[in-house]
Amino acid sequence: MIPARFEYQPARDLAHAFQLLAQGGGEAKLLAGGQSLIPLMRFRLATPRALIDLNRIDGLSYIKENGDLRIGALTREYEVETSPTIRGRYPIITETAAVIADPLVRNMATIGGNLAHADPANDHPATMLALRASVVARSAKGERVIPIDELFVDTFQTSLRPDEILTEIRIPKPAAKSGGTYLKLERKVGDFAIAGVAAYLALDESGRVKTAGIGLTNVGSIAIRAKKAEAALVGNAPDDKTIAAAAAAASAESEPTTDLRGPAEYKRDVVRVLTARALRRAVARAKGGS
Amino acid sequence: MAETLYPITLTVNGEKKEAQVEGRMLLVHFLREQLGMTGTHIGCDTTSCGACTIIFDGRAVKSCTVFAVQANGRTLRTVEGLEQNGKLHAIQDGFHQEHGLQCGFCTPGMMMTTVALLERNAAPSEQEIREAISGNLCRCTGYVNIVKAVQHASAAMREAKREPVAAGRA
Repeated sequence: MIPARFEYQPARDLAHAFQLLAQGGGEAKLLAGGQSLIPLMRFRLATPRALIDLNRIDGLSYIKENGDLRIGALTREYEVETSPTIRGRYPIITETAAVIADPLVRNMATIGGNLAHADPANDHPATMLALRASVVARSAKGERVIPIDELFVDTFQTSLRPDEILTEIRIPKPAAKSGGTYLKLERKVGDFAIAGVAAYLALDESGRVKTAGIGLTNVGSIAIRAKKAEAALVGNAPDDKTIAAAAAAASAESEPTTDLRGPAEYKRDVVRVLTARALRRAVARAKGGS
Repeated sequence: MAETLYPITLTVNGEKKEAQVEGRMLLVHFLREQLGMTGTHIGCDTTSCGACTIIFDGRAVKSCTVFAVQANGRTLRTVEGLEQNGKLHAIQDGFHQEHGLQCGFCTPGMMMTTVALLERNAAPSEQEIREAISGNLCRCTGYVNIVKAVQHASAAMREAKREPVAAGRA
């Protein structure tokens, strides 16, 4: 299948990209890894008038710790997956990157694209919700930091303005006694999740849950923060009873639809089971285990 | 409306190539139709099967999911570049010796993926090989002989590297 015609515009730097975006008048799309956009263009589900290629811009691919963790938007999933920094301190992100599509796709796909595409089936959104991350949006006018809860508006829609480019992801420094994991049930490698659950929590001195973050993949029009499940955890000892209550709450908060990956009822139960498993592992990691 | 053509210069299997391409031309179509290098196959056209895998600046990627114009200034390797001076690459020999193919359609992609794997991990475990080829579909072999082929190549490549050292010691 051949995509529709478009004008190819390689951006030299961010300033050039902002200029091209302004010229595009809302009909230009940004090309990062292209692993979602190019398939959509082949099916002609996306027919942008112009494609602004960000891949020639230096300085947008990095992983650095600066108190918090900062990941450049153009960092490939392969780099995220294999980064010792990320594996050591944020194994939940390593686990998320490792189950995206397949290794060949991950060699091109970028973490910024995974978020900015705002597909509820993408995996980073749930993990970033659990980690209470934020993203940096830059434009010719300056930059602003968008909390992850305010980024996803609807399927394929973010709160990024037409003149903005997502340039960086910021993840808070891990709290003491904290841990998390990402679990995804998929029919086969390369498929989107039947459901996915990201869980991240921190324990206080007495071993009770101090903070909790739970994000759900592909069970709604956007990645969902399971707020009631988080509330069921905070202040309580993370025992079997608490975890079961949180898992039931997450299941109730999910909004799956029936499709080829299964009936909605089944997916809701997958959310319950994955949430409980993810929480047990998160608790073990918060206590220093793996 | 006339299609705009973009000039590109790239290196394919060590040879410099210059061409004019449409913006929307996929890299796999460029290789097959404009350069006449049909060793890279088109399988699913939906970023699923990996038959079109090539090595793009050192990384194995699906050439149906990259535009040709993105390859401007880049270095590509395709299956046609594996054999050197009439001598098969160790991975080709591995697929031959271990019967790592039946219909052979997925084989170019399998070999490019696993060449890239062996270049960054000379001695992968079976699990690592299986993970590396998880984006390459084979409908014939059940993958068992493909894994053996990669192990065969891995052993041969490590042996070939050791030889000069052993000779030096002798």
